[in-house]
Amino acid sequence: MRTKNVILTGIVLLFQSLYAGDLQDKIYDATGFEINGFIDVRQGFRTVDADNQKDYSISELRTRLDAFGEFDLLTLSLKGDFVGDSVDEEVRAELREFSLQFSPFDALDIKLGRYTITWGTGDLVFINDLFPKDWESFFTGRDDEYLKIPSNAVKTSFFSDFVNVDIIWSPIHNESVYIDGSRLSYWNPNTQQIEGINNIMEDEERDNYFHDSEYDLRVSKTFGGTEIALYNHSGYWKTPEGFNASGNLIYPRLVAYGASLRAQILGGIFNIEAGYYDSRDDDKGDDAYIRNSETRFFTGFEKELGKHFTGAFQYYIEWMDDYEEYGSTAVGAKKDEVRHLLTLRLTKLLMTQTLVLSVFTYYSPSDSDFYTRPKVTYKYNDDLLFELGANVFGGSNEHTFFGQFEKNSNVYTAVRLNF
Amino acid sequence: MQKRLMKTIIILSTALFTTTSYSLTADEIVKKSNLASYYSGDDGKSYVKMDIKDSQGRKRKRELIILRKDLEEGGKQLFYLYFRKPSDVRKMVFLVHKNIKTDDYRWLYLPALDLVKRIAASDKRTSFVGSNFFYEDVSGRSVNEDKHELINTTDNSYIVKNTPVNPDSVEFSFYTVEIDKKTYLPLKAVYTDKNGKEYRIAEVLSVENIKGFATVTKSRIKNLVSGSETVISFSKVKYNLGLKKKIFTERYLRKVPRIARK
Repeated sequence: MRTKNVILTGIVLLFQSLYAGDLQDKIYDATGFEINGFIDVRQGFRTVDADNQKDYSISELRTRLDAFGEFDLLTLSLKGDFVGDSVDEEVRAELREFSLQFSPFDALDIKLGRYTITWGTGDLVFINDLFPKDWESFFTGRDDEYLKIPSNAVKTSFFSDFVNVDIIWSPIHNESVYIDGSRLSYWNPNTQQIEGINNIMEDEERDNYFHDSEYDLRVSKTFGGTEIALYNHSGYWKTPEGFNASGNLIYPRLVAYGASLRAQILGGIFNIEAGYYDSRDDDKGDDAYIRNSETRFFTGFEKELGKHFTGAFQYYIEWMDDYEEYGSTAVGAKKDEVRHLLTLRLTKLLMTQTLVLSVFTYYSPSDSDFYTRPKVTYKYNDDLLFELGANVFGGSNEHTFFGQFEKNSNVYTAVRLNF
Repeated sequence: MQKRLMKTIIILSTALFTTTSYSLTADEIVKKSNLASYYSGDDGKSYVKMDIKDSQGRKRKRELIILRKDLEEGGKQLFYLYFRKPSDVRKMVFLVHKNIKTDDYRWLYLPALDLVKRIAASDKRTSFVGSNFFYEDVSGRSVNEDKHELINTTDNSYIVKNTPVNPDSVEFSFYTVEIDKKTYLPLKAVYTDKNGKEYRIAEVLSVENIKGFATVTKSRIKNLVSGSETVISFSKVKYNLGLKKKIFTERYLRKVPRIARK
């Protein structure tokens, strides 16, 4: 107990000095590193009683430390979180970034290490962005930043007047965090029912360095205000879209091709993106245990609807290949051949942008389910921010994408202090 | 009779000429003022500090570095804004391709997500980063958007009244600007709302000569209705750095160039 107090006092003193800015300046003068971070306290509760789950959906204290240094030939970035998590009942460290960035030639940038990678034009829908996501964070109300999981990768970017080319190589499969029952309940296709901590999914990670490597490629060009890009992913599904003989989840092979366009028209931002997901381990679509190939498409438009008020709309589809084969082999509740999804984002800034009201809603007319994310954030001053939000799921069926999460609906509140 | 006709013609044409030259003068003054305010040199760099005081007297700060490159004198420009403070916007980059005849192109880079976001930019009279400055105050209001009228000339300045061509697009009915005769910098602008009430004042607080360019180094915008105000100061101002066009592209959103950082 005494040791704990000493440690706590030490931490408080550390943050006091960081907060005052003195220590940050001293470290910068001595080492050339800019030190920043935040403390984030977050508490969330389920709004529906769930079997096999705890009452609180999130309960954590997170401390971020961010060190950034720029030297003659390279920049170095290190970001880590220390998390006290009372849902998982653990204290853990999360490495968010440890990267080196440099330019060996004028037309070449290289970034290597562990860092977040994003591309594509969707707003919380993804086709060609096949970088890992943390859906558990997203559904329980962590900051948006945590939807993206950093990848261990080497990114090589070539720039020319003709086109720009990004090649990303990951020596190992960087997988998404999916809903496995440990914190949020899910529809288990094997047992054909909603399961929670009573039946946590097990997966077989692709953790064989070099053997389980992945490539991502983007060729892009901007003409004035119009951005176009072509994409290729060669690796594995990011979420475990298959089962093996022992009933464990696996990450089947995936090759994806796609394209996107984003432009400014009619006073707003228009985007369109498409991709073909070639599920290589189920070429014919007749393997009931591996997800079929599919075509994905979305288009969107965002516009200012009034002073400090923005609206954004997207229409997204997933179109399964070889639906007949799927239909004749799949057991239990079946998916539709085409999944339609609409999204709507509304954002209003008030009180000189210190108060932000926003809501993002997914609605699928084909699955008859929805997921909505209302959120209020208030910046008390430059350093202190309050947040109140909810994640509400609903649907007519238990097996659909959002419908299965109905009993995971939650509200949360957070306080963040930046330093 | 002929004499009288001649006289009338002379008077009329003089009047006509005078009016034309006056209105031309107003347009010329505004054009020169626009160049002096936003187009000094071929490019520029500046450290910007904003002190925002809201209606309840609470203070907020913004610190950023602005790079600018002109593509056409009085026309298209590129802006690169790198945020240094406060902590929640630190390392964000805001990229603007300013267009004259069409809406500007705006991109915002969010480093935490490695996300390059496009921002719809139809309304330029919305608050810039929560301050009393509008986007338009930072990058300049197109001279073609208002009709300009020289309403007074003093020893040191021209007073120009600006009335919007498209009144529905803005919140003011008109604004008057006091433009310095020597430097052509706008020293004070007073905005009048649709009810004829003055509600917004922009004032230059200090001007310095930097490499031959008269440069505003401090100015303030006050909202007379809410009582909030923002003081903006520009330091370490440099011109004609030879900034390359490629800096103002997606590449350098993800990899902030040293010149934008320090």
